[in-house]
Amino acid sequence: MTAMNMMPDSADPIVKRHRLSTRLWHWLNALLLYILFTSGLGIFNAHPRLYWGAYGANFDPAWLELDRFGSWWTLPATYNLALSRHWHLTAAPIFAFALLAYMLWSLANRHVSRDLAFHRDELAPRHVWQDIKDHARLRFPTGTAALRYNVLQKASYIGVIFVALPLVILTGLTMSPGMNAALPWLADLFGGRQSARSIHFIAAFALVAFFLVHILMVLLAGPVNEVRSMITGRYKVPEERP
Amino acid sequence: MILARRALLLGATAALTGCDRLARNETVRNALFSAENFHKWAQRSLMARDALAQEFRPDQISPVFRANGTANPNTPEYKAIWRTGFADWRLRVDGKVARPLSLSLSQLRTLPHREQITRHDCVEGWSAIGKWRGVPLRTILDAAGLRQDARYIVFHCADDMGGGRSYYESIDLIDAFHPQTILAFALNDRPLSVANGAPLRLRVERQLGYKQAKYLMRIEAVDSIANIGHGKGGFWEDYAGYDWYAGI
Repeated sequence: MTAMNMMPDSADPIVKRHRLSTRLWHWLNALLLYILFTSGLGIFNAHPRLYWGAYGANFDPAWLELDRFGSWWTLPATYNLALSRHWHLTAAPIFAFALLAYMLWSLANRHVSRDLAFHRDELAPRHVWQDIKDHARLRFPTGTAALRYNVLQKASYIGVIFVALPLVILTGLTMSPGMNAALPWLADLFGGRQSARSIHFIAAFALVAFFLVHILMVLLAGPVNEVRSMITGRYKVPEERP
Repeated sequence: MILARRALLLGATAALTGCDRLARNETVRNALFSAENFHKWAQRSLMARDALAQEFRPDQISPVFRANGTANPNTPEYKAIWRTGFADWRLRVDGKVARPLSLSLSQLRTLPHREQITRHDCVEGWSAIGKWRGVPLRTILDAAGLRQDARYIVFHCADDMGGGRSYYESIDLIDAFHPQTILAFALNDRPLSVANGAPLRLRVERQLGYKQAKYLMRIEAVDSIANIGHGKGGFWEDYAGYDWYAGI
């Protein structure tokens, strides 16, 4: 409430939007996903072919064959499989345990049930369609409605936190021969090691797609206000549309 | 939008250059290189000591088992033993053992052996499934009698990697005594080809491909790997910075 007192003349009140846990996790992820994606492409460059099934090498049919990603994309910039792996395998466990902690914490502090879970009326086809139309017209919610996540936002946050990120972690573990002996069901779950490698790659690019839309939405919704709310937690509620 | 995109790309490039510079810092480098210890600890804590790598059905075998690394050692010594069909080849077992051994291929073939259809996972990302037949390393080590202070088993190979440096690899006793760790002399029911490591190669199934040393000449039991090669426990570990523990 002190925030409101700081700007007594403003018509737009400032509210506390993001919890500390959300803000910390957000920026840790920004760093780690950046390292994981660029070092991951460095690893991919060692064998830029993808297969389905348990095995797959040069004589087997690949469903995707790419040129090596250029130095703009990879960590390190020049091809160095060992160093790409060191970056990737250092960042990966931190990323995985942070996700686990955030999931448990968000369930415990009711962030998930209060802010992310769908309400029944939100899932009505008409409501979902309205939301899609609003997004397409870039008609962002104003006033108190801007403080709640709409149905597309909820779907993408739940999809990322509870589907895409766990998927990328589990398929990553499936590629490890040691984990394969420890948890052999993982390879069966994903249809074999090479399928897991393909899914890992697809999930990584799905996360990049999320990132691009996410950045676009932040830019369109007011980058200063949005970025500030993710750093300090304080968010200026947009004026009610007349 | 184009400006934003350019700024984003410039930012990304700057960050990558920053990361590359960071990786040259001694502390950062040490941190990056020590993640291996965490993974080794985590995996070994998670799995039973003798947890088996997945084994497959005959119909799951790769049509072609890709050979990688040295395709033929081509040294005068190797050519000489190859010409006689490896009749003159002997596997030496020495170091910290009570009874050093010298074993011929036919002696190895008469020992009890194990057959396993397993997946070979290269550090590069590809996999090939093949059927291996060989003598459990445990059998050889028990026959030689490991001394109390033996901690690692080092595999010396026939391939010269340039400048007189021979390929070598090492594993600790947990993997050395694992039931699937074998000295393989056959792949897919045929004697090992030169490209795949004839006459004998190591299979250590819970680790990546570069640990599967080919063209074995000598097995040495040691108390420390610090004095072998450059002290990192293997050729690629010494010269390329690969992890010694290749379970991930």
